[in-house]
Amino acid sequence: MTDQRIKPVVMPKWGLAMEEGKVTGWLKRPGDRIAVGEEIVEVETDKIAGVVEASEAGVLRRAIGEVDTVYPVKALIGVVADADVPEEEIDAYVAGYVTPSADEAGEEEAGPTYEFVETPAGRLRYARRGEGAETIVLVHGFGGDLDNWLFNIDALADKATVYALDLPGHGQSAKAMPEGGVEGLARALLGFMDALSIERAHLVGHSMGGAVSTLAANAAPGRARSLTLIGSAGLGEEINAGYIAGFVSAASRRELKPVVEQLFADPSLVSRQLVEDLLRYKRLDGVSAALEALSGAFLADGRQKTLVASSLAALDIPVLVVWGAEDRIIPAAHAEALNGRAKAEVIPGAGHMVQMEKASRVNELIGAHVTG
Amino acid sequence: MARKISMKQAINEALDLEMRRDPAVIVMGEDIVGGAGSPGEEDAWGGVLGVTKGLHAKYPGRLLDTPLSESAYIGAAIGAAACGMRPVAELMFLDFMGVCFDQILNQAAKFKYMFGGKAKTPVVIRAMVGAGFRAAAQHSQMLTPVFTHVPGLKVVCPSNAYDAKGLLIQAIRDDDPVIFCEHKNLYGHEADVPEEAYAIPFGEAAVVREGKDVTIVSYGLTVHRALEAAERLAKERIEAEVIDLRTLSPIDWDTVLESVETTGRLVVVDEANPRCSIATDVAAHVVQEAFGALKAAPQMVTAPHTPVPFSPVLEDLYIPTADAITAAVSKIAPRAMAA
Amino acid sequence: MSTNPFPLDKADLMKAYRTMRTIREFEERLHVEFAKGDIPGFVHLYAGEEACATGIMMHLTDVDRIASTHRGHGHCIAKGVDVHEMMAEIYGKATGACRGKGGSMHIADLAKGMMGANGILGAGAPLVCGAGLAAKFRGDGGVGITFIGDGASNQGMVLESMNLAAVWNLPVIFVVENNGYAESTSVDYATAVDSYVDRASGFGLPGVTVDGTDFFAVYEAAGEMIRRAREGGGPALLECKMVRFFGHFEGDAQTYKAKGENDYNREHRDCLKIFAARVRETGVVTAEEFAAVDQEVGALIEDAVASAKAAPLPSARDLTSDVYVAY
Ligand SMILES: Cc1ncc(C[n+]2csc(CCOP(=O)(O)OP(=O)(O)O)c2C)c(N)n1
Ligand SMILES: [Mg+2]
Repeated sequence: MTDQRIKPVVMPKWGLAMEEGKVTGWLKRPGDRIAVGEEIVEVETDKIAGVVEASEAGVLRRAIGEVDTVYPVKALIGVVADADVPEEEIDAYVAGYVTPSADEAGEEEAGPTYEFVETPAGRLRYARRGEGAETIVLVHGFGGDLDNWLFNIDALADKATVYALDLPGHGQSAKAMPEGGVEGLARALLGFMDALSIERAHLVGHSMGGAVSTLAANAAPGRARSLTLIGSAGLGEEINAGYIAGFVSAASRRELKPVVEQLFADPSLVSRQLVEDLLRYKRLDGVSAALEALSGAFLADGRQKTLVASSLAALDIPVLVVWGAEDRIIPAAHAEALNGRAKAEVIPGAGHMVQMEKASRVNELIGAHVTG
Repeated sequence: MARKISMKQAINEALDLEMRRDPAVIVMGEDIVGGAGSPGEEDAWGGVLGVTKGLHAKYPGRLLDTPLSESAYIGAAIGAAACGMRPVAELMFLDFMGVCFDQILNQAAKFKYMFGGKAKTPVVIRAMVGAGFRAAAQHSQMLTPVFTHVPGLKVVCPSNAYDAKGLLIQAIRDDDPVIFCEHKNLYGHEADVPEEAYAIPFGEAAVVREGKDVTIVSYGLTVHRALEAAERLAKERIEAEVIDLRTLSPIDWDTVLESVETTGRLVVVDEANPRCSIATDVAAHVVQEAFGALKAAPQMVTAPHTPVPFSPVLEDLYIPTADAITAAVSKIAPRAMAA
Repeated sequence: MSTNPFPLDKADLMKAYRTMRTIREFEERLHVEFAKGDIPGFVHLYAGEEACATGIMMHLTDVDRIASTHRGHGHCIAKGVDVHEMMAEIYGKATGACRGKGGSMHIADLAKGMMGANGILGAGAPLVCGAGLAAKFRGDGGVGITFIGDGASNQGMVLESMNLAAVWNLPVIFVVENNGYAESTSVDYATAVDSYVDRASGFGLPGVTVDGTDFFAVYEAAGEMIRRAREGGGPALLECKMVRFFGHFEGDAQTYKAKGENDYNREHRDCLKIFAARVRETGVVTAEEFAAVDQEVGALIEDAVASAKAAPLPSARDLTSDVYVAY
């Protein structure tokens, strides 16, 4: 019965744990014309708030999801269709829509569970999406994990085979930190690629993950097809050392929340669950020691000491630099560090977690970078 | 890596990890291995509800079955703790405190202070608490307030498997005596629990649901009732914030006060009897410290001032229900006001 | 006409048999009913131990007080608590002995001198010191009897009570029901002395150990102790060695027992079989007479279960009543 010209807007599934989400606001009104990638409706989960983007062009014909109301994943919250589709057909479509049950939805997407791989740096967790010929590896930053790519991994999977890993000492990977700080993590990244037989990949690094990716590209020429450095460390000395210290020492929700809020231009994005998940990670035996060792290795007197900008000059691969204009952790001014060597894009209205706050723009940039 | 396990398994795992980490950790209690001296199988019970099952094989000699002499073995655990061990003593049901309370109240709790700060007593006393098991008046009480009343004791009462593991690990590593209260009707309750060891600091409540209209404070089993009530209230557009205290001593006043300062309304849910309870404690503290923020009188939803009845129909009325919590909230946060 | 070699007349022999049979039938039936899932909570069955409660209680009247244990159904029945009320209590009904508020582990009937089954091990020992003390003050010749499991006998309050009873010369009997296990733990592991009589002598109490599966052994030893206590001779300890046919509580897998242990006990150590065989042998009571009792008891228990199931539940008002006499 699906009319090819009628496209559903459904409650998205961001991450494995998501079962439902709340509609918090419409950015388009019925009748508005919508282009692919445009933001349509704001949705909040217990983990994070985000925006549903148009996957196909058309006119928003129905805004079904009511504000402040919770819907299960895959529930119909809106309808996009060409302007000439009759109203009755839209109504029939809405009336006939059946939300797939959680199980069905799960089966459909049986692929994207987390997996683990043994590497010289220990057992590492990763997620893998897509089947493209090109390969992208997403590398999170200090204290982060693969869920930092919640809004990116699926979008990028249209264009490439995408991996996101938890670095050693992070997420659900082994907690022992390899020797040598950021260099050690770069070795671990290459070890991860070896273990999964990833010959060459586009490396996308966020924050400290940018420095990790750059060092890996340098250490193993030929393994990196391109680099995307998002709010990257290693491009200048300046850093919000108070953030790092606060993140390492915070033991309670009330201590951690204000620290984590600095990551976003819009601090209200920091949900209770986001803080709780970070605390659960930080409480694990070995994490404190790992974070202390790591921060000790890349900071000295409150400044970055692992600098990678100069080494980039020697690399003969495309480099893209992306920054949130309101980054309060590493100044956006560092985007200029590679002036001439790399494309630089500074996105307004976003903080350090620009890949979450402005996911569609970042996805677009990465997509163009790896395919172009 | 996290996977779903029950609270019973989570407690077993915490004991396992800490016994592996620290040879000073020993475990004792009645039938915690089971079959001692009997002709049949070893490890026949693993505790009355099987919580310690399997540990005996991994740590031979470090789980001690005891005679039915709580005064003696709880006291011995306390004495061993004062001499450098980290014993975890199981007092099957917290109701049995009656036969060994001196060792807890007058000994363990007071050593540090009485001896001018020179002693430490890192003992954990694990015990089942709570009603709903049809176990009648002497096996069902929520005696948490009795212990929070005693300076020198720490009192913990988790509501889920994740917290149970992290809080028990903290209890074992903690240098003070800890009364670790396990609600027997939560043993089967499952949650995502990491395989690794982790410690949840004491004195940090969990905000298990965010809301702006009313603060519901609870611990143990009734956290789930509070969440159930909150779901129902949400349908009436009343958004309840639910706080799980997790540890009753120390208690996280900051989280409670911060929440009440935004909601202006407080409902405390306590499975203990109402007089001199966790409910009265929280309500009184909030009234004293945040009187100006309150838009209505704090409400207490507790068990009645009675022993725990046997008959299931009565026992089901005994434990605070989601209905009772919803009613208490409705009394101070009428729908019109919240809308 | 056969001569009666027993210290009880025929009517009392019949009474003892009826009591034991009632306990057995009651417990066997509970075992079945519990498995159906209709009975809430913990149930600890006394089957196999009937001769102990019965042999002692045959000497008592309502002025005598007993304090029971978590395994209390047998004590209740032998002390004369109404079987219908007991069954209704176990089902949590308003017509129960404690109006459904106590349950299996707390059945009591103070008018019958039954001071309660008890969920706290050893708690009965101090209580019967009080019963003995009250009897002494009243001068009514009553005695207090506490039942203590082999495991519970290691509670501090039991030992304190033995000393107190001796020091005050109270009419109190400590009955140690040694069934070999406390939950899954063997008495050999948990109790250092070989005999509880050694404990008694440490406190200055006379004591005797008897085969608790032998009704007559229990009857005679208890009779002597009770007579002595009534006459002001003071406390004593009676250890009865016996067997428990079922698990510690219903639902216990009993893996700590030896293979075939329950079958062996039912075959060779069944106090009821042993009693009936000995009495029948003498011809004082015939097999038909016993069979008639069996039938009546069967009907009684059947009726008790049926009426318990049909009985009304307590009402919400009962939740808060009876906390105080006046408040
Ligand atoms: C003070 C106290 N400690 C522990 C228990 C738990 N418990 C109930 S029955 C029992 C075993 C009792 O063994 P025993 O005294 O030999 O009596 P039996 O069950 O064999 O009749 C235990 C440990 C209790 N009810 N009270
Ligand atoms: Mg016993």
